Amino acid sequence: MTRRWTTRAVLLHVVLVALALVYIYPFLLSVATSFKTDAEAVANPLSLWPETFTTAAYERLFVNSDFPLWFRNSVVVTVAVTLGRVLFSSLAGYALARIPFKGRGLVFGLIIGIMAVPGVVLLIPRFLVLNTFGIYDTWAGIIFPLMVDAAGVFIMKNFFESIPPAVEEAARIDGAGTFRMFWSIVLPMAAPAVITITILSFQGSWNELTHFIVASQRADLVTLTKGVAQLSSGALSQGSQFPLTLGAAMIMTIPVAILFFIFQKKIMNVSTGAVKG
Amino acid sequence: MTPTLVILGLFMLIPIIMALWVSVSDWTGRGSPFAGGVHFVGADNYANILTGGGLPQRDFATSLRNNAYYVLLVVPIQTVVSLLLAVMVNQKILRARSAFRTAFYFPSVTSSVAITVVFLFLFTASGAVNRFLSALSISGPNWFADPRGVIHIILGAFGVDGPPAALQNAPFLGLSWWQWLAGPSVAMCVFIIMAIFTTSGTFMLLFIAALQNIEGEVEEAAMMDGASAWQRLRLVTVPMLRPTIFTVVTLGLVGTWQVFDQIFTATQGGPGKTTLTPAFLSYQASFLNQRWGNGAAIAFILFVIIVVMTLFQRIVLRERDTVPRRKRFVLSGAVTTPTAAVAAASSTRPPPSASPEPPEEQP
Repeated sequence: MTRRWTTRAVLLHVVLVALALVYIYPFLLSVATSFKTDAEAVANPLSLWPETFTTAAYERLFVNSDFPLWFRNSVVVTVAVTLGRVLFSSLAGYALARIPFKGRGLVFGLIIGIMAVPGVVLLIPRFLVLNTFGIYDTWAGIIFPLMVDAAGVFIMKNFFESIPPAVEEAARIDGAGTFRMFWSIVLPMAAPAVITITILSFQGSWNELTHFIVASQRADLVTLTKGVAQLSSGALSQGSQFPLTLGAAMIMTIPVAILFFIFQKKIMNVSTGAVKG
Repeated sequence: MTPTLVILGLFMLIPIIMALWVSVSDWTGRGSPFAGGVHFVGADNYANILTGGGLPQRDFATSLRNNAYYVLLVVPIQTVVSLLLAVMVNQKILRARSAFRTAFYFPSVTSSVAITVVFLFLFTASGAVNRFLSALSISGPNWFADPRGVIHIILGAFGVDGPPAALQNAPFLGLSWWQWLAGPSVAMCVFIIMAIFTTSGTFMLLFIAALQNIEGEVEEAAMMDGASAWQRLRLVTVPMLRPTIFTVVTLGLVGTWQVFDQIFTATQGGPGKTTLTPAFLSYQASFLNQRWGNGAAIAFILFVIIVVMTLFQRIVLRERDTVPRRKRFVLSGAVTTPTAAVAAASSTRPPPSASPEPPEEQP
């Protein structure tokens, strides 16, 4: 390469490092602040190293608050919703892709239509349904509505359509039934799509807030997002509880961050490894 | 199949019909909306919001104004920022590319609540941002508590402190022109920055995927013709990215009209109602103030706004819908379904168009 390139390269790296700092520094700062005393969090908001290292905020979170309960609730909801979404999306996607039935096009159109409805519009309707069925303020009301997700069906359908039917025809000749074939041949082939749905569902339900606000008010059903949101809007008046709220925010972030780092190769490769068409 | 359809129907289709009924009834949240005591009131709830002349109308107008400024600023900026990030991260001379990609994408992974908590800390009166600004000898505002509109502040700097007589009347939705022209409040600006911060990474991935589809011969051809890097970007790359830009703008528009989580976590509509958004107002009217008809009506008006915006944009940009390549849909779907993103809105339902389209055939 010519010399002009090297100057450009240096400049590019400098600019990107600076930008990356802007994106990452808030998180580093939050982690550091959660180990500071309340006073120091206000006095030295920019330092990445606590002068007096303390775990007081975490002790308060885990011992004197409902935080552990919120965490447990979030885990329960996320696991249930993720399992449900993978199951329902793959079954429905397969049916739409492979099994000819009357009104298939209509059903698919409906699913696309539902995907287009903005989530905010559904706040009140969801509450009405939960209320009508008497599952407002229950686990069922919190979990079931999140279990089916039109986008998941859409992704699975597209993937199943890309699998050559020849494989299934061979299995059919060998005498496998539809469900058997789905379970032991088609689903394993769809591993990338299943992983995709798993990641999306986990992230989606772990980070969900509006549905939990609308679906329950009982204190023992509060999830992390709802609990921390209420904690922070309550703490606004006092304003000096930052180590506490930031500690909560950081712990909330850990599971999705781990998931992201584990699967990032999969996710990221996907964006780079696309075959040129 | 059947259970999926049943649940979809139960929780998506029927609810919308129920909510439509609520928006034209006088249900007060007690008992069932279909019980005997609930009456059909026609378009009263809608009229109350759009022409009522009272507080509900003014609140709705205020929330529309706030959200409109938010959309006007967030959508273009996040599109440009994510495109520039993508172009920079996609340079062949870059080392540690995946580290940079991770850094920019990371904010998109976290929940809106966690990010809002972090921003509440960063933007307090004596917080990190103001410390940083004072190091540059700028005295930062008390961000979250400052209801002044940005345009008003700028006008104030030129000595215009009050509305001129011409702007005092309130012809549109019961809010004076002076108020319509206030600009986003300082508090709203924090949410605008937050939205750009949390969505640019996701849209960057969309653009990177698209860039890798179009790179190669075209770039080389442009280089052979002696185009500079800037010319290549402006004359070759951006035009070829049009379908992706279209996707990003659409996602941005749909997402930015639904700001809720951040408002709920941080300001509850304050200071001085300058961070009220239609989505939060709808929640507040029904769930907190038990005016269910009003809340449902606001939600449907918002829905219409989002639909109209999307259609309008389709007509303006005249972009043929390119069909995503099936083979790559899931793979790209993994990247491009903006969960954390859908522009900072809490919608966990990624839109159907969220796959990087292949470049259009050249005519």
